[in-house]
Amino acid sequence: MLLEVKDLHASYGSTRVLHGIDLGMEEGSITALLGANGAGKTTTLRALCAMVKTTGTVSFAGQRIDGRATEDIVRLGIAHVPDGRGTFANLTTEENLRLGAYVRRDRHAIEGDLQRVYGYFPRLKERRAQQAGTLSGGEQQMLALSRALMLRPRLLLLDEPSFGLAPMIVRELFDILRAVKQAERVSMLLVEQSAALALDFADRAYLIETGRIVLSGTAQDIRRDDAVRRSYLGY
Amino acid sequence: MDAFLHQVFAGLATGGIYASLALALVMIYQATHLVNFAQGEMAMFCTYIAWSLMNAGMGYWPAFLLTVAFGFALGVAIERLVIRPVRHAPVLSTVVVFIALLVILNSVTGWIYSYTIKPFPSPFPASSFLGNRFMSPHELGSIGITFIVLALLYAFFRFTPLGLAMRAAAQNPESSRLVGIRVGWMLALGWGLASAIGAIAGMMIAPIVYLDPNMMGGILLYAFAAALLGGIDSPGGAVLGGFAMGVLENLLGAFVIGNELKLGVALVLIVGVLVVRPSGFFGKVHVTRV
Amino acid sequence: MTKKNFLVSIIFLLVVCALPFLVSDYRLFQLTLVLVYAIALLGLNMLTGYNGQISLGHGAFYAIGAYCAAILMDKYGVPYWATIPLAGIVCLVAGFLFGLPALRLEGLYLALATFALGVSLPQLLKYHHLEKWTGGVQGIVIAKPDAPAVFAQAGLPLSADHWLYYFTLAVTITMFVLGRNLLRGRVGRAMLAIRDNPIAAQAMGVDNALYKSLTFGVSAMYTGVAGALGAIAVQFVAPDSFNIFLSLAFLVGIVVGGLASIPGAIYGALFIQFVPNIADSISKAAPWAIFGVFMLVFVYVLPAGVAGAVQMALSRVRRNPRRVVP
Repeated sequence: MLLEVKDLHASYGSTRVLHGIDLGMEEGSITALLGANGAGKTTTLRALCAMVKTTGTVSFAGQRIDGRATEDIVRLGIAHVPDGRGTFANLTTEENLRLGAYVRRDRHAIEGDLQRVYGYFPRLKERRAQQAGTLSGGEQQMLALSRALMLRPRLLLLDEPSFGLAPMIVRELFDILRAVKQAERVSMLLVEQSAALALDFADRAYLIETGRIVLSGTAQDIRRDDAVRRSYLGY
Repeated sequence: MDAFLHQVFAGLATGGIYASLALALVMIYQATHLVNFAQGEMAMFCTYIAWSLMNAGMGYWPAFLLTVAFGFALGVAIERLVIRPVRHAPVLSTVVVFIALLVILNSVTGWIYSYTIKPFPSPFPASSFLGNRFMSPHELGSIGITFIVLALLYAFFRFTPLGLAMRAAAQNPESSRLVGIRVGWMLALGWGLASAIGAIAGMMIAPIVYLDPNMMGGILLYAFAAALLGGIDSPGGAVLGGFAMGVLENLLGAFVIGNELKLGVALVLIVGVLVVRPSGFFGKVHVTRV
Repeated sequence: MTKKNFLVSIIFLLVVCALPFLVSDYRLFQLTLVLVYAIALLGLNMLTGYNGQISLGHGAFYAIGAYCAAILMDKYGVPYWATIPLAGIVCLVAGFLFGLPALRLEGLYLALATFALGVSLPQLLKYHHLEKWTGGVQGIVIAKPDAPAVFAQAGLPLSADHWLYYFTLAVTITMFVLGRNLLRGRVGRAMLAIRDNPIAAQAMGVDNALYKSLTFGVSAMYTGVAGALGAIAVQFVAPDSFNIFLSLAFLVGIVVGGLASIPGAIYGALFIQFVPNIADSISKAAPWAIFGVFMLVFVYVLPAGVAGAVQMALSRVRRNPRRVVP
């Protein structure tokens, strides 16, 4: 098991948001976290990176990571693409990408990865010297994803990658995600409000409602579940 | 005309000092949104350390380098030990902490070294070939040092991974953590650099105004005015502001209002900029969401 | 006020009035200055403690008050007791005027602007075009007022020092009573509301701009009155006594004494008057080192100051007798 989460509780200040989340991921899989707005999907991802106060155990590749600082968790190979993208708006595109590789020591490989990322997203290469804040929404999403890839992560956490993007861009993005999964063999934990999109892409899925897991299984099973179909897939 | 040019060039020399201190202030402000009221006293304390080293027989440049290193360490120590505990505290608490630092450094220096004024040597002796009709060798030399320091800093921030990480940490701490940057240590590093720059500024100004625990008070005020003029979050602006301040101070002092009210000029500038255009010439205008 | 509090106050008042006959003249002079500083600190506390506007330059208003008194007495022969309200009015206006541009400055920026004022003040006071009023670098010397003749006629001769103490005491009590009523009432609550959540305060109908400027004015008035009293007590004003360290001493006073606290002004005044006296014997520099360390300690450990610590201790004492024993 690459990622094992047991009885995770999380709070913002004194408000409890997650009430005992259990989930698990195998290496190489794509897992989706579904649910309505405010269900706790983003909070789960943030909890994994120690960006909120938590109790419970989180293990990554056999090591306990709950209680560690975000910077240390990143060094273990977890890259988080946050909702809102988290781009460094005042730095250039290329500077953003280089920051993604900040913790790595292998200089030559970093240059190679930079070129590979430009290969996935030629538009970023065009805008490499431009201030990241001036990029369009879609380009910033590409930048955020690329920055995460520069880490050469074992686990990629994606928070609502389709948010605010035109359908065509979203399709492009997911095609590239598929290509990335093939080439880089990175595991992904994907939070998506668009259930159809996520279930099309993922192997397994979890459904969160008000901070609790209410359903889990393979993507196919979830897609066929009546309750899910009615509430989240619209048919 | 000669007098005018002399004032301009002398103004550029002191302007370089203001530029350095203003840069130190802006560096800390960018990373923390705090104004380091103790910047002047930190610089002054380091200059006294240099004096002690030279008094003990060390040559100028070795003492200079050692003092810069000491200044760096002092900055890091202050950030980790004194500032860190109040980083989430209300504004008044942080202001009080800065003022406490200011008075402690000032009084401890007076305690150890007494309040008698001491001469401080310049590495650019009066007899050297460096000077010309308008500038003394020291003035020319200190402009040179200022430019070297600024160039090194620029190169550090622009071209090194650590410099990039520090810029990132100052702009967006949360995203910085997500790429593995230890934001706390970046902050400490920033303080270290700012303190080291201050030490250099102190060593450049001391030969002119003589070493005295209260020597940096007025200079700090000019540095504040320069930083505000150029934009409290713009390093380039701070530098330009510093040079402008130096020249302005000299010209106004010599030809308009006399030397007595020079600090008054700084005061008017500070209040004026804050009220009329708080972001300065090159800073960014901040819109706060209600 | 409860009966017990009233009794305590009366006893306290009696002790305070008896002091001139119990202590040496020098000690009395120091206590007079404590009263003066207490008024100044109450002024600063109104602005910074209650209203959240940070001033690192309040020494300027103290200086204006002091110079008002000195100039009026020296150049225009105004009697000393009349200079107090006059200094107060001048500073009220000056403070209000300074408060207007200050409205646009928040927290740190206001601290910066007032810091600039505090640092540049001595130079401004030494400006040679103003010399014929301010006396330039040498300042102005004023005569110590004598006790009114009535006392001698009634067979109770009061020395000038004693009279000065009682006069200062009377002004202090007046200012504190006025201040207390102001701060405990609607105005005080509005000030606190502005400090804690200016947007909410405005939404509830508090005119932020007016209150903030008025607070500046009143705060300056208090400190100006203190300055005038101080000038009369010390019999001397000169530019270098009003440098940045005076403003910073006031800051030390309210932090140590207790922010947003009326008794805090008195604790703070005792602190800033007597610590230098004790510490001076160690070294000229020691007082400020001690001030600095105390400020740090109080920020980290006792943010409510001495007043807060006293309140905590008192509430613990009060709570015990009322505990119900099962």
